[in-house]
Amino acid sequence: FPAFCHQRPCSLPERGLLLLMVLVFLEGSVLPLGAASSPDTSHQTNLGDHQGTHTGPNSTKKPFPVLAVEYDRVQIPFEISLWVLLASLMKLGFHLIPRLSSIVPESCLLIVVGLLVGGLIKLAGEEVPPVLDSRLFFLCLLPPIILDAGYFLPIRPFMENLGTILMFAVVGTLWNAFFIGGVLYGVAQIQPANPSDLHQLELLPCLLFGSIISAVDPVAVLAVFEEIHINELLHILVFGESLLNDAVTVVLYHLFEEYAGVGTVTLLDGVLGVISFFVVALGGVLVGAIYGILAAFTSRFTSHTRVIEPLFVFVYSYMAYLSAEIFHLSGIMALIACGAVMRPYVEANISHKSHTTIKYFLKMWSSVSETLIFIFLGVATVDGPHAWNWTFVTVTVILCLVARVIGVVGLTYVINKFRIVKLTTKDQFIIAYGGLRGAIAFSLGFLLNQDHFPMRKMFLTAIITVIFFTVFVQGMTIKPLVELLAVKKKQEAKRSINEEIHTQFLDHLLTGIEDICGHYGHHHWKDKLNRFNKKYVKKCLIAGERSKEPQLIAFYHKMEMKQAIELVESGGGVKLPSAMPSTVSMQNIQPKKPPPAKPVERVLPQLPKGREEEIRKILRSNLQRTRQRLRSYNRHTLVADPYEDGFSDLLIKKQRMVELEKKMSNYLTVPAAPPDSPTMCRARLASDPQAYSMKPVSDSVPTIQVDLASPQSPDSVNLLDEFRHAGQQQPEVEDQGLMMKPPSGPSGPNKPREADEARDQQKLMRCLSDPGPSADEDEDEPFLP
Amino acid sequence: MGAKQTRSAQKYQDLTDKTGFSPEQIKNLHKRFQQLSDNEETISRENLEKIPALANNPIRKQIIDAFFDKRNQHQNEVGAFQEIGFEQFLMVMSHFRPPTLKTTEEEREAMRKEKLRFLFNMHDTDNDGTITLEEYRKVVEELLSKSGAIGLEAAKAIADAAMLEVASTNVPHMAPDDFYEGITFEHFEQILKGLEMESRMHIRFLDVDTMTMRCGKSKS
Repeated sequence: FPAFCHQRPCSLPERGLLLLMVLVFLEGSVLPLGAASSPDTSHQTNLGDHQGTHTGPNSTKKPFPVLAVEYDRVQIPFEISLWVLLASLMKLGFHLIPRLSSIVPESCLLIVVGLLVGGLIKLAGEEVPPVLDSRLFFLCLLPPIILDAGYFLPIRPFMENLGTILMFAVVGTLWNAFFIGGVLYGVAQIQPANPSDLHQLELLPCLLFGSIISAVDPVAVLAVFEEIHINELLHILVFGESLLNDAVTVVLYHLFEEYAGVGTVTLLDGVLGVISFFVVALGGVLVGAIYGILAAFTSRFTSHTRVIEPLFVFVYSYMAYLSAEIFHLSGIMALIACGAVMRPYVEANISHKSHTTIKYFLKMWSSVSETLIFIFLGVATVDGPHAWNWTFVTVTVILCLVARVIGVVGLTYVINKFRIVKLTTKDQFIIAYGGLRGAIAFSLGFLLNQDHFPMRKMFLTAIITVIFFTVFVQGMTIKPLVELLAVKKKQEAKRSINEEIHTQFLDHLLTGIEDICGHYGHHHWKDKLNRFNKKYVKKCLIAGERSKEPQLIAFYHKMEMKQAIELVESGGGVKLPSAMPSTVSMQNIQPKKPPPAKPVERVLPQLPKGREEEIRKILRSNLQRTRQRLRSYNRHTLVADPYEDGFSDLLIKKQRMVELEKKMSNYLTVPAAPPDSPTMCRARLASDPQAYSMKPVSDSVPTIQVDLASPQSPDSVNLLDEFRHAGQQQPEVEDQGLMMKPPSGPSGPNKPREADEARDQQKLMRCLSDPGPSADEDEDEPFLP
Repeated sequence: MGAKQTRSAQKYQDLTDKTGFSPEQIKNLHKRFQQLSDNEETISRENLEKIPALANNPIRKQIIDAFFDKRNQHQNEVGAFQEIGFEQFLMVMSHFRPPTLKTTEEEREAMRKEKLRFLFNMHDTDNDGTITLEEYRKVVEELLSKSGAIGLEAAKAIADAAMLEVASTNVPHMAPDDFYEGITFEHFEQILKGLEMESRMHIRFLDVDTMTMRCGKSKS
């Protein structure tokens, strides 16, 4: 693609732009045409029928209509599909134009497109469809985004910063709401000389407006922050805040809306409001957690019906959202809780393909939803109704900024007293600047009743202005500002096994030190929860052997799996596309020297030469082909010292995988790596759920224990004994759907190989025809890491 | 009473300078030390092993050994103590202090090095300056020691893979006959660069004398 650009400068981007324009025009024209044509066709058919029945038996037979147009029947699904198609094509278009997407965030472009489409529709003289209908928004467009966010929420940083996040979400939003509402009321009341519309504004509607406009919007935050790749802490702080402030918004909104008609709010109402807040928040979380556990439990039994596994995840989550909405609890928190709770257990139970399916469906839906939301925002802006009031709007915009800054600074001052890793001024600036408003505010405003709130139009105008301001101005400038301030960026999440080992080690170390200090702190409780989880919960919710698998081993298997997939995808036999190609192999690690006491070079000199030859011959006959084939690899070259125990199981495994992948490569579709769009980045860099990895194969890994040190027993006999022994140890492997049971063959050298083969085949079967995950960076986030 | 107080205040001042804790923190830790040592001057390994909460910790032995490791006293000595006094106790604890807002970049770097050195010493049991494959295997085995037979089998494979990773990261081009001796401190720093030790390896030391300081050892 870049090469093209060089040869024919700017032809492709220009084409892309042209395509974009054409699409927008098409869209704009089809929709009103669609609306216009339906009454015509129905009219025609009516006429036709009428004529037919009227003329009766002596009517001339109409020729059979070979082609008829009946738009009415399919109008609604047709228009919906058209919108979705437009949204997706827009997304495509933006990424064909390389420079544009790096300067302007996607959300801005989409709003502009929405404006264009809305404008076109209006020009065509048609009624703009009320696209940002609140029901549509809250029930269809919002849940996928929130579920995507909740399912892939990085639990560890979230929990570590929960106190800070809650402070910002609850106290910060409250402060914003009351400050903005109060000051707006004050401003509205001044200028008694020339009475304006503003004087009609009472306190309660002001406060309601304040509460609507003060909430940081998760959709907007996600859209903008995805592209700036900021460090994990800041990202989770702003994003977590945007998710958790939903409860506050819900309570405040209902409280003020309820009493706006009456006109006053008493102290009792205030107290009830506070109680209501706890009910809403905790109730939402509880509902979500219940559905999450149900989903996890269900997934335990899906080993025979793998195809519908993803369905359970989606349906349970949506049910959680809807159930919370029934009781006016916080649906967003329910969704987050459901996703976060179910994930570690579901991931351990479902197949690899289901895992990929879930990931891709969530990303797809949330991406489409987000695109649609921004386009609809644009369309709704054109639609109006607007009531522009300079004072109100400008004061609102300024107040939003001021309140946010004061709130963040003030809260940070308090929070830093309790935090160990303090928030610096730079951090505070980003947090304050990242407080974007979005479509949720608009929808909430849209929901307002015109009778109770005569100033509704003015509110809507102001809300839209604030949204535009935050998304355009703040959204576009945050990236250069981040660069300017040299804020720490997100590190490439290449989780190495060393980091994983040491993360675990640190956890235990810090818990131990805390215990020695006698201080029951953060680590102590985390450790307790982990142990509770391991002992009781995992046994309930995870099927089979995997419930006992320790986290480190799970991680290791996952890495092996990933490498296996990479191996398979690269066509096998080629140099591995590893980040740091090196020529280091196991051989370099395995100590050639024996433990320090023994002399150098030869491992065990006690053995007579003839013995050695025999052993070497036996081993060579088993491992000959492996060595030759594997020599071409780098990382996985296991041309290790055959007299070192333990390595040979790895050897056999790798050898089997090589053979298998040669067979399997026929069935695989090796895809192109997905482009680096923000949503794909989200898929890649966002904390990826723990990939399903095989059941631990280590249970009965047959080891060729060539015990050379013991000169007494003939080693060839030992070998065979080991094989037989290992073969018998093989456990009953559970049915895993597509699986090849290891054939109960004859004992001897063949058996462990086949066992391994079966196991490896299981591994590969599970990842077959699934092109996705290997390209992505998986960030392992177990339950309570 | 007065004399004793000034003496202890003086001692605390020395310790503050040496370890960086505040006087209140030192006082609290001293109380804890006395709890652990049965009001004696020194504690031995048995005192620490008696802490019930530590029983569930898979790397308990390593943690206790770290307290008695002379290398962690920064006096350029090697070997192990049999018993340690409060000052040594405090020195070990000082490795777990968090950075403050006022910590400069250089200080952060030094802090990170110090913490990594502590970890390195925990792994490098024979004190030859490198973590050999055997030692690393031991580390992983201990980590998985509470997981039964599954753990032990996989521990070797994991340690091997980890070692391979260190080698290929730090010395990418080794001829087939070269031998990678072990993880040196520089390599160790390199592979754990991403973890940002100075922000992760710390616990909260109480400033205020609160009643949450429960007695961790059995009252028998």
